[in-house]
This record gives sequence, structure tokens and C-alpha cells, in this order.
Amino acid sequence: MELDNGAFRNLLKAVHSSYGYDFTGYAEASVKRRIIHYMGMHRINELADLQSLILRDENIFRDFLQELSVTVTEMFRDPGFYKSLREKVVERLATYPFIKVWVAGCATGEEVYSLAILFKEAGILDRSVIYATDINQQSLQIAKDGMYDASSMKAYTGNYQKSGGTGSFSQYYMSKYNSVMFDRSLKQNIVFSAHNLAMDKAFNEFQLILCRNVLIYFNQELQKRVLDLFHGSLCMFGYLGLGNKESLRFGAQQRSFEEVDRKERIYMKIK
Amino acid sequence: MPGGKRYEAIVIGASAGGLHALFYILEHLPEKFSLPVIIVQHRMAEQHELLEELLQSKTGMIVKQADEKESIEKGIIYLAPPGYHLLIETDRTFSLTVDQPVSYSRPSVDVMFETAAVAYREGLVGIILTGANRDGAAGIKRISDYGGFTIAQDPAEAQFPSMPAAAIATKSVKKVGTLKEISFFLSKIPEV
Ligand SMILES: C[S@@+](CC[C@H](N)C(=O)[O-])C[C@H]1O[C@@H](n2cnc3c(N)ncnc32)[C@H](O)[C@@H]1O
Repeated sequence: MELDNGAFRNLLKAVHSSYGYDFTGYAEASVKRRIIHYMGMHRINELADLQSLILRDENIFRDFLQELSVTVTEMFRDPGFYKSLREKVVERLATYPFIKVWVAGCATGEEVYSLAILFKEAGILDRSVIYATDINQQSLQIAKDGMYDASSMKAYTGNYQKSGGTGSFSQYYMSKYNSVMFDRSLKQNIVFSAHNLAMDKAFNEFQLILCRNVLIYFNQELQKRVLDLFHGSLCMFGYLGLGNKESLRFGAQQRSFEEVDRKERIYMKIK
Repeated sequence: MPGGKRYEAIVIGASAGGLHALFYILEHLPEKFSLPVIIVQHRMAEQHELLEELLQSKTGMIVKQADEKESIEKGIIYLAPPGYHLLIETDRTFSLTVDQPVSYSRPSVDVMFETAAVAYREGLVGIILTGANRDGAAGIKRISDYGGFTIAQDPAEAQFPSMPAAAIATKSVKKVGTLKEISFFLSKIPEV
């Protein structure tokens, strides 16, 4: 099946004007693939039909939004990244009396809890606030609950150890049937809220921003906008951590950052 | 057959047993092969650049991992990075995603083939090599639907026959051949 480009643009425009979500700055092939998948699942043949369904019924829109925002994530994803945070960033953060962190595009929260564990082990969680944001309300709710499938814990324990974790990973959660619940002490300093990187503004100043595996879904213009937003939201010598295949390439502020770890995509704002 | 047609890109999908099949194909590509070659080879996320290094040792063409937003250039061999889906945009640049695995695989051959089919249409040649699953079958069908040329390695020759066999079962494969025959076909693609 192929999506007609005109109808595709119309759909994105209609979603934007009716519901305030702007997907026009996303990389197209992936959005189209998700739309085709959604239409296939619900036996919708024409984009125009999908559009009228979405506009008629907000619940259908919510469901569709769920399909468009890909929330696949894991704990300590790319352990080398966390290792580098432990070795190259945490010590500098510890010099601040009060540490503010933004995890943008936090999906279902696994990344945020990973960071909280890392901060706890570095002894700085108590004086930190971690703002964790996403556009996907459903995944934010899961993140707030902090409850995950027990079957993932084996892989996460491995990631944790590779990231330089020396404690016992299982001390951070309680098992209940087939789920685990992360410890309340980790949650205390996390604030979860909705924020749309494609549209919303800066809301605070941070010493560390993580935004991993979100920019790859955006086109160059939107990447640029978001990198500007991060630049404006970091304090001087604040850190920015991106996903393994992401970089500052399309940002106007490339020269305002210094590479802290090239391979792990950790940067520091220097002007 | 290649004849007068102007192909613009070659896409290849391989899984178990793929390394040696890819060695053969790359070793037998004409020296100045003038099309981009885009490969999805299933592998572990921890393997990083090992595959790139191994394949580079077999060819004078540049072998590299596809970067997100990178423009696709002639004469370069691109590999999907481990742990990411590789998609091809209609402006012939790459996108990467971390969407759920497809057919238990990320990168998935189907995802790359399906987007390549739309981007290159009749200008595309899709090749399915050895593998122990059925990733790529849906992608081969899509390439054929869009007018591209489709090839599967002869399951009798493939170290793991199920992947080419699944592609052939879609009835969308135009040519079934040994690695030698596939290489011969590629060597006849006219200079562009
Ligand atoms: C693939 S997940 C990455 C999760 C996590 N950061 C990681 O690396 O494992 C991408 C997340 O970005 C979110 N996202 C997509 N567009 C967004 C936007 N415009 N603003 C904020 N979050 C967005 C999605 O809802 C999804 O949860």
C-alpha cells in the first residue's frame, strides 16, 4: 500500500489543527509506516477514511497517537552511555548544591529509573530533581507507576552491571507476581509531565539533559529546533546526552558544545 | 534483465549464514560498481562495527554503517546499524528507528525493503540471501509490486534455505540463482 502524499499532508495538518499535535516535522518514512500499520490493523482502506474517523472521535485519535509515538525503551540501554555518565559527568554534577535534570522523551520511564539509580549510587539523588517528559500520556502513566514486567529484569540486570553498577540490581525493586515495582525512594525526586518537543517551550534551566532516540524520528529542521531548545535550557557547562546514533550535526549551536564522550554522544555546553 | 534498464540501487537482506554469502557477492562486484548497495544483515546489537570491518576487507568499495539523514551515494556499501531499523526516505536519505523488532529482528529486512521499494520503484534490485527465518518475504513482494527486480538465492545452495524459500513462496521473485549467478547478474548492470 502506498500513501498519497497530498492525503498524508492533509491528515497531519488536520491532526495539528484539531488536536494540537504537530507531526509535520517527523521523518516521513517511519510515520507512513506506522500509519499503514494502523490502517491495516483496523481495516481502513483510505487515508481520507482514517482522517474522518480521527476527527470524529477523540478516542480514536488517542489510539492513533499511541501508534505514532514509538515508546520502545529499556533500562540502561547502551550501558556504555551510563558508564560514561558515571565516569565523566557525575563528579562534575556533584559540585552543584542542587541538580536539575531533564529527560526528554522518557517513554515508559525505564531510562529515568536507570538514571535515578545511577544518581543514588553517586550520592546525588537527594539533591536532584529529574523532570521526565513525553508527549505520550499513556506511557507517562506507566512511567509514574514504575511497574514493569519481571521477565525483563534479567536483561536489565546485565545492562546495569555493564554500566558499572556494583550493587545488587534487585535491591531497587520489589517483585509482585509477574511484575516488579521500583522503589519509592527512586521516585521521590522525579517529576513526570507532558511536554511536546515539537511545539512547547523551555520550562527551566538544567545541569543535565538526556534526550535519547527521539531526534532520529525528527527531520533536520525539527532536530535543529529541539537542539536550540536544549541549548537554551542548559546552564553554562551543562551536559547533553543523546542516543547512540544521534548527534549535534544539524544544530545551529554545534560550536557551543564540546564533546565529552564522542562515542557515547555526551556533550557539554561551553557557550 | 539488466539490459537497457537503469537501476539506481541494490538492496540485500541476509541472516544466518549471511557473512559468507556477502563475502562472495562483494568479492565479485565489478571494481567500479556504480550503484549504492544497502544491506541488512541480522546480527547482535553488541557487535558494533565488526561486520563492517570484515566486509571492508573483501572490497575496494567503501563499506560503512548507514547514518541517520545521510544521503545515499553511488558506489558505497551501506549496512544497517545493529539494534536499529534502517528506513529509506523518498528523498533518498536514511532514517533510523528503534521501533519494535519485526520478525524478531531489528534491523529488519522487511522494513528496509518496504521503504526502499517506495523510494526507488522500478530502479531497485532486491536480493534475499541465506537465513533461518522469513524476514524479507513481505519486502520482496513490495519491491516487486513497485516494479523493482527481485532475486532470491537458490535455497538448495543457501546455508539456511528458509529465508529465500519464504521470499520465493510469495511468487514475487523474478530470478532464483546461486551466488555465482547473482554476481553475474550484478556485473552486467550497466554503468550509470
Ligand atoms: C523510542 S522512544 C525513546 C525512549 C528513551 N528515551 C530511550 O532512549 O530508551 C521515543 C519517545 O519519544 C517520544 N516523543 C516522540 N515525539 C515527541 C515529542 N514531539 N515530544 C516529546 N516526546 C516525543 C515518544 O512518545 C517516545 O516515548
